[in-house]
Amino acid sequence: MSDVSFVRTEMLPEQAPPASEVGLIGWIRHNLFSGWFNSILTLVSLYAIYYVLSGVLPWVFQSVWNANSLNECREIMMATWGSTHGHACWAVINDRWLQLLFGFYPSHLYWRPIAALLLLLVALAPVLYSDRLPTKMLIFSAIYPFLMVWLMWGGTIWGPIAAALGFVVGWGVYTLVSKQLSGLFGLIAGVAASVIWWLVLSSYFVGALDSILPIGIEAVQSRQFGGFMLAILLGVVAIGVSLPIGIVLALGRQSDLMIVKYLCVGFIEFIRGVPLITLLFVASLLLNLFLPPGTNFDIILRVMIMMTLFSAAYMAEVIRGGLAALPRGQYEGADSLGLNYWQAQRLIIMPQALKISIPGIVSTFIGIFKDTTLVSIIGLFDVIGLASAIRADTAWNGIYWELFAFIAALFFVVCFSMSRYSMYLERKLQTGHH
Amino acid sequence: MSELAIDRQIDRSKMQVSDEVAIEINNMNKWYGSFHVLRDINLTVNQGERIVIAGPSGSGKSTLIRCLNALEEHQQGTIMVDGTELSNDLKNIDKIRSEVGMVFQHFNLFPHLTILENCTLAPIWVRKTPKKEAEERAMHFLEKVKIPEQADKYPGQLSGGQQQRVAIARSLCMMPRIMLFDEPTSALDPEMIKEVLDTMIELAEEGMTMLCVTHEMGFARQVANRVIFMDAGQIVEQNEPEEFFNNPQSERTKLFLSQILGH
Repeated sequence: MSDVSFVRTEMLPEQAPPASEVGLIGWIRHNLFSGWFNSILTLVSLYAIYYVLSGVLPWVFQSVWNANSLNECREIMMATWGSTHGHACWAVINDRWLQLLFGFYPSHLYWRPIAALLLLLVALAPVLYSDRLPTKMLIFSAIYPFLMVWLMWGGTIWGPIAAALGFVVGWGVYTLVSKQLSGLFGLIAGVAASVIWWLVLSSYFVGALDSILPIGIEAVQSRQFGGFMLAILLGVVAIGVSLPIGIVLALGRQSDLMIVKYLCVGFIEFIRGVPLITLLFVASLLLNLFLPPGTNFDIILRVMIMMTLFSAAYMAEVIRGGLAALPRGQYEGADSLGLNYWQAQRLIIMPQALKISIPGIVSTFIGIFKDTTLVSIIGLFDVIGLASAIRADTAWNGIYWELFAFIAALFFVVCFSMSRYSMYLERKLQTGHH
Repeated sequence: MSELAIDRQIDRSKMQVSDEVAIEINNMNKWYGSFHVLRDINLTVNQGERIVIAGPSGSGKSTLIRCLNALEEHQQGTIMVDGTELSNDLKNIDKIRSEVGMVFQHFNLFPHLTILENCTLAPIWVRKTPKKEAEERAMHFLEKVKIPEQADKYPGQLSGGQQQRVAIARSLCMMPRIMLFDEPTSALDPEMIKEVLDTMIELAEEGMTMLCVTHEMGFARQVANRVIFMDAGQIVEQNEPEEFFNNPQSERTKLFLSQILGH
């Protein structure tokens, strides 16, 4: 009889884990006091948190909300707490918050940027929550960019309509030509037709229709734009436009067509090799040297283009990382079923590559959104530029922390939302068995 | 290499080889850079044939069947599939690919789509089949490979054997005239090899033209009508399975068979 012989006759049932492994006590033991070293770290961290909060919380909450100048603020502090130290003077925000949000946008027209922001949320909703909302809402998302431009800048309604018609013209020419000749010719002809429409024909179209049927709202000049509104405007445009451009650049970089490939590589490497601030200076100063005198090329539009290109170059590299992470088998699987290049990219490759790239894409989004504050250096009154202007005012000369704390809070809300959304999206797209 | 027992009666009534030519390869050569990977391949496959391609690794057998749907490009010679020549013309390539099904060693299912979507994608986009019809057909083939209940799951939630059966169903949904199998069981646990082989046998019983690169010699013996042995990029020997296994002619074939069957 061999003593290694063993046969199990009944399978063991599952049992509840011991009390020290579950519940609050189990959690504390595991996460905070799992050994003497971790226990010390826990205590030190708790003290650090206490130290920081004990300094910050009184500053935030024992503060002055109503005053007309920094001096008045200080008098109130002395009267209330007997010291000006350790108390915030939120009165500056109370006094100037509209300016920090809207810049020099005419105050009787504030409803327009607010409406644009609310409609932005409506336009974004079907994109962000595509599984919960009807696809038909995307029609509004397509109209929104033109509506937004009209709301923000005002003027005749025929301008944005003419801009939108440029896409229609391009699409029409593309379908006509690609039926007659090849798809590539159609694409080139379509793009050419759109460009000709925008640069040459649309101004006559707008002029003619405006003289017949002048529908419009009060125009607002670009130099009146500013504040956090400007950051959102630049950020939304740069984010929204750079993603498709980035996808095209990433695909171009992987292309077998030599010229396309090296054009994309050259563009990406050049833009990534140059600081954003130099691109912004090019937009604000140098571009005027190259344009014919008297051309009115809107400064905000120029900045938008530069920020978009900058963000697109980074986006292309992030997406290329996602493409590189896909196994070759996915391309072969798509090929073997007879899907053509664009079908394979759209249905198989991009959905997966973009999903892999979500953290990188959102980091780039957040980065470019915060980089919009750099426009203060080329003289646009974004929220940082306005903070400097407010500090230059004699009433608030010397105030510092409160303004930047407010600005930080504004940016944090938006960036943190983007970050949380990306985590939601990653969870939603998770299809493995984890 | 084990010779897995196939414990079922194989119905040969529909395994008819017709006179119609499905694939014709003439003097085909292929190089990877300067490496001559396929050398002067000549092969004619008739409709209804079940061919097993065997050989040591690196012998070019996978490359050969990957050339048949242009996943790899050949540099010399001609390949005719179902009367269409494989050339650089993308239209021809897409036509052939939609007529020829392929099953891979690593399944290559699309992990972001459900099983059902995996099966309906190509019919909807390539064949322009209406969605409802494509779904009905997909369910039909999923029933055939015995996993209709998994239709709404994602590939990552299935076992390897189940995934490979989905991959077979996905190919079948395109109604191919020819099926290529590139080591379909090599990445599977022994317990799962059998379920995939059973599916392949059923396919053979229905008269499908099949080219299989595989190490499953039991399958070769009982299902194939022809075994091709390749080494160093060329066809060394081909014969009916009985003759091939019991009476190999070339020294290289004898050595290979003794190594994979010898113990």
